[in-house]
Amino acid sequence: MSQVAEAPKSEGGTDPGGDPSYDGLRLRQVTKSFGAFTAVDSLDLDIPRGSFFALLGPSGCGKTTTLRMVAGLETPTSGTITLAGEDITYAKPYRRPVNTVFQSYALFPHLDIFENVAFGLRRRKSKDVTSQVNEMLDLVELGNQARKKPAQLSGGQQQRVALARALINKPEVLLLDEPLGALDLKLRRSMQIELKRIQTEVGLTFVHVTHDQEEAMTMADTVAVMNRGVIEQMGAPSVLYENPRSTFVANFLGQSNLIEGNVTGRAADVVTVDMHGIAVSVPTERTHVDGERGWVGIRPEKVLIGELGESLDAPGNTIPGGVITDVSFYGVSTQYLVRMPWGQELTVFQQNTGRSKLFGQGEQVELSWRPEYAFLLDHSQDASAGAQRGADE
Amino acid sequence: MTGRWLRERLVLVLGILVLLYTFVPIAVVVLMSFNAPASRNVYRFDAFTLDNWLNPCTDPSMCDAVRRSVEIGLLATVVATILGTLAAFALVRHDFVGRSATNLLIFLPMAAPEIVMGSSLLALFVAAGFSGQLGFWTILIAHIMFCLSFVVVTVRARLAGMDDTLEQAAMDLYATPAQTFWRVTFPLVFPGILGAALLSFSLSFDDFIITNLNAGTTTTFPMYVWGVAQRGVPMQVNVIGTLMFAISIAIVLGSELNNRRRSKALA
Repeated sequence: MSQVAEAPKSEGGTDPGGDPSYDGLRLRQVTKSFGAFTAVDSLDLDIPRGSFFALLGPSGCGKTTTLRMVAGLETPTSGTITLAGEDITYAKPYRRPVNTVFQSYALFPHLDIFENVAFGLRRRKSKDVTSQVNEMLDLVELGNQARKKPAQLSGGQQQRVALARALINKPEVLLLDEPLGALDLKLRRSMQIELKRIQTEVGLTFVHVTHDQEEAMTMADTVAVMNRGVIEQMGAPSVLYENPRSTFVANFLGQSNLIEGNVTGRAADVVTVDMHGIAVSVPTERTHVDGERGWVGIRPEKVLIGELGESLDAPGNTIPGGVITDVSFYGVSTQYLVRMPWGQELTVFQQNTGRSKLFGQGEQVELSWRPEYAFLLDHSQDASAGAQRGADE
Repeated sequence: MTGRWLRERLVLVLGILVLLYTFVPIAVVVLMSFNAPASRNVYRFDAFTLDNWLNPCTDPSMCDAVRRSVEIGLLATVVATILGTLAAFALVRHDFVGRSATNLLIFLPMAAPEIVMGSSLLALFVAAGFSGQLGFWTILIAHIMFCLSFVVVTVRARLAGMDDTLEQAAMDLYATPAQTFWRVTFPLVFPGILGAALLSFSLSFDDFIITNLNAGTTTTFPMYVWGVAQRGVPMQVNVIGTLMFAISIAIVLGSELNNRRRSKALA
């Protein structure tokens, strides 16, 4: 149907997504609405060939819908999707070089492990299915389970079958929909390393959808944080973590202290902010404000804590007057909640190096941080956006 | 002491009693199939014989009736299973105007009393001008009708319980819609279809009320038994009864053994 109608358009070069020189996966102005609800809103995305890309966001943010549109299981309401220069927006799922690892694995219960993995090859009438399947089963260390049915395998083994079943087709893009969500924590960690190893080995483009920020950061080269159908920020995990551009990213990716403040001065490379009467500075490239008011952000592990008058290795921003209200000892680190004079409680992580003392509840402390670690976010944003998941996990 | 012994085994004893209660009538049928009645009182076991089994068609009209019932049963099963399976797919997989009404109406033949169904069908056939042709075909039409609801309900339950990401996974793995159906959907729904077919056959073979009203001069096996019951049922009826029972037990046991063998081979 529309497949035919779209083809000449993209070849003609008038289509914004039809740049044939781009060999990765490209989404242009992709929108998907279900009735009045817009799941994905004018999404632009470039995923380079061979990268490990993570789409990170809370449930309902549109990440799975985006994945399903790339897989062909949903049709975009508008926009184009191209893969290696070819328009696949309306291509049938069985006609695109994309394979999916489903969240529920979706292994065929009536077929054994071997036939599950061989399914895609057989549909494409591939040669030497047996040797390819055996090779793939060895890669995921399931060579001796070939004749079992999926129900006889453990969760972790089923997950590896689902991965092998998709990988064996050597797709241009492998889509992973929360592939590790059903596994317990320990298994999840080892599968993360395993997935990363396999991706490096086979060199395919992996698009990984997850709500687990740690998973996204440890595995992907590029993370796109998605919220309410749009991408909030995209970049290398360290960039997103160190220099978030919105309160949502600051809270969803790790934890942040966000303190209200007024911009008092702008120099070439530094912005000074009055934070409840305390002047702090933030590097200009780390400020993302429009108006005069903003949220000064600082990660809990970047905050140094010391006794009154103690000199801390943080020239610049010193905030006196804190009182410890809560101490959680984790072993490798200690988490303090410190009540500030303006009533807000800040979170501080202190590495348990043994060089600093352990504070007790009720003690008076001073906080400080190096200005280059702080960031400044726009005041119009909700300071608690994206934070709720930290609370319930 | 005995009181405690009994208390500990109460469930077991009750279970055995219930089983006995169910199986006694069947045991009587099996026993009677080997009976050589000495008088017209056919309900007393007089002597053991294999004659009934060796000559089942002593009364040829009985064997005709059995053959007719089997024919109707098989035909009704095939037609009802195909139509019912298609209807179940439509009801589960497609959204159309009147779907919920259809879902409800499909239950009617199961819920309505057979005597009502039978008489209204007769009225329909007569009104349509088939009063002279009542027989094999009208029985078949009636049987297909009531089997259909059972097939739809059985297959629909199986389909509704099926994870539809399996079909998406098949499509994702390069299977065309036809391949997806035959390689994934059909094998997974097949146990439901098979169950529906077996159910249809036994419903059709068994039916008396609706059949009797729409049979004209044709006689099915249940009608034959009813007819001869007044003057003494021939012992061969018990042979047929025993055979039917043995076949159904064999099907159940066979599938059970097959399942066990399969899971053992894979373990």
